[in-house]
Amino acid sequence: MARRGAEPGETARSIGLAVPATVWLVLFFLLPLVFVAVASFMSRGTGGAPVPPATLAQYERTFTVFGPVIVRSVNVALVTTALCLLLGYPLAFFISRRRDPRTRLFLLFLVLLPFWTNFLVRTYALITIVQRDGLLNGLLTRLGIAAEPLQLMFTPGAVILGLVYGYLPFMVLPIYASVERLDMRFVEAAHDLGANDLRAFLRVVLPLTLPGVIAGSILVFIPTIGAFVTPDLMGGTRGLMIGNLIQSQFGGRGNIPLGSAISMVLLALVFVGVLVYTRWGQEDERS
Amino acid sequence: MTAPAARPDRRDAAGIDAGRLRRDLALRRLGQVAMWLSPFLVYLFLWAPIVVLVVFSFNDGASVSTWNGFTTRWYENILNNTITAGTEAARFQTGLLLRAVRNSVLVGLVATAVSTALGTMLALALSRGRFPGRRFLDSLFYLPVVIPDITQGVSLAVFFNLVFEAVQRTLGVRLVPGFGTIVIAHIAFNVSYVLIVVRARLATMDPTLEEAARDLGANHRQTFWRVTFPILMPGVLAGALLAFTLSLDDFVITFFNAGVGTTTLPLFVYGMLKQRVPPEINAISSLMIAVSILLVGASLLLQRRQASG
Repeated sequence: MARRGAEPGETARSIGLAVPATVWLVLFFLLPLVFVAVASFMSRGTGGAPVPPATLAQYERTFTVFGPVIVRSVNVALVTTALCLLLGYPLAFFISRRRDPRTRLFLLFLVLLPFWTNFLVRTYALITIVQRDGLLNGLLTRLGIAAEPLQLMFTPGAVILGLVYGYLPFMVLPIYASVERLDMRFVEAAHDLGANDLRAFLRVVLPLTLPGVIAGSILVFIPTIGAFVTPDLMGGTRGLMIGNLIQSQFGGRGNIPLGSAISMVLLALVFVGVLVYTRWGQEDERS
Repeated sequence: MTAPAARPDRRDAAGIDAGRLRRDLALRRLGQVAMWLSPFLVYLFLWAPIVVLVVFSFNDGASVSTWNGFTTRWYENILNNTITAGTEAARFQTGLLLRAVRNSVLVGLVATAVSTALGTMLALALSRGRFPGRRFLDSLFYLPVVIPDITQGVSLAVFFNLVFEAVQRTLGVRLVPGFGTIVIAHIAFNVSYVLIVVRARLATMDPTLEEAARDLGANHRQTFWRVTFPILMPGVLAGALLAFTLSLDDFVITFFNAGVGTTTLPLFVYGMLKQRVPPEINAISSLMIAVSILLVGASLLLQRRQASG
């Protein structure tokens, strides 16, 4: 790609265009994050406000008292990601193999449309199905599969179900993009060389679509690890996640330094995901 | 690499292990069945709750599992501002709902306008400009996309709290969170999304068009408004649409930065879900689903028209 030499004034103009957004981001995003980072090393004052002296006590408490919740959140996020992959990969593959572009578009639209409806409304829709007097329990008891209504809500399982429901489209789209770019002649070659379908999938299709798989997994993992709404509405006390811990520390009788420390731990977990993505998840830019 | 594949070899066919062939064909059939069954189940999973919700919004009874006959009374209740649900806590009024809708749309419009302008300017700067710190800005603006909304929400709330305290101490003016804080927060996360969408459009743009305009004597301003911007327009519109949708949908960040009287629609729905759920919520949710389907449909039509026109 040939570029002309920078014209006089071009650089100044570009900087001018970048300034407003940058100032906004620094003021209303970066600076608040720095405040939270600083607050996480402070003590709790009256009303939960951060006050000196500096201490590591908040982190200590985060890892001891709230350690189990953090472990559970990571588990919930990992299981959700795995389930989304299990459900999303065949679907993405199925859609991208339709011959008619209009069919593909329509099938993608069917995945995306629930995604464009409000997250709370979708979560509520799911709750109406799995709640104690919901449709699923009604069906199970009427068919005699369950003697009495099952307690499906307010469990970690319910949270995972809600998160899979909410974030499945994030998995489907990147995998779809990867599979659509896949040259099927590679698969034919694998078959000609004696590979059966399973072997062709594991040795050819999966490696070639791995960037999509990783991108999708990260796109699911990141919002689920920081989820607040789903565990709040579907988890009860047994399904609490990091997001609920953070929220409870910023309320009326909260502890802002402690909440800040938990937020920092959450950020660290998210950055592990981002590192995985930047290392393995990006499509080769040359292709 | 393709040479052996291109040459059909009859002799090998006789040598094929029949058991292995049978196994491979069974595997293929299994794969085919799974390939058809699993998308079907996933679509069922994605759509059943929504369909059930809409169907039961017409149910003559508060249940969401037993059908008691068809009614439109929940919709009528919303229209007539009639309170039906049992306890005081479960009651809601249409006036409050409408105010929440108005707040949401207002926040969405202002946040979209500002973030689209800021994001488009930034996209132009980042994809055209050569200045120090460009790569740093590049990664900086990805942060709002990856950082959990709960972290963004609480950090902004802490920040506003500190600023408001400082203002009160120095100027004696008492500021409270509300419309302004919500809009500021929404712009802060929307700019990054607009940036991503507009940059994608800029990347596919043919640079020779602008060069041609320059060669024909257009100055910088003319080139931008007559060539660059019209080509960029679908990207800008798509970015604005995304920003508006994200703004309308946002619950968590708004939750921590809203004030008294600035309840947005998601906050209103959350409030209803946390209390005893009134039966009208099915009707309200169905209306929200209908509106989002209409919006997505309209935007798709718009894009198609632009693509063909």
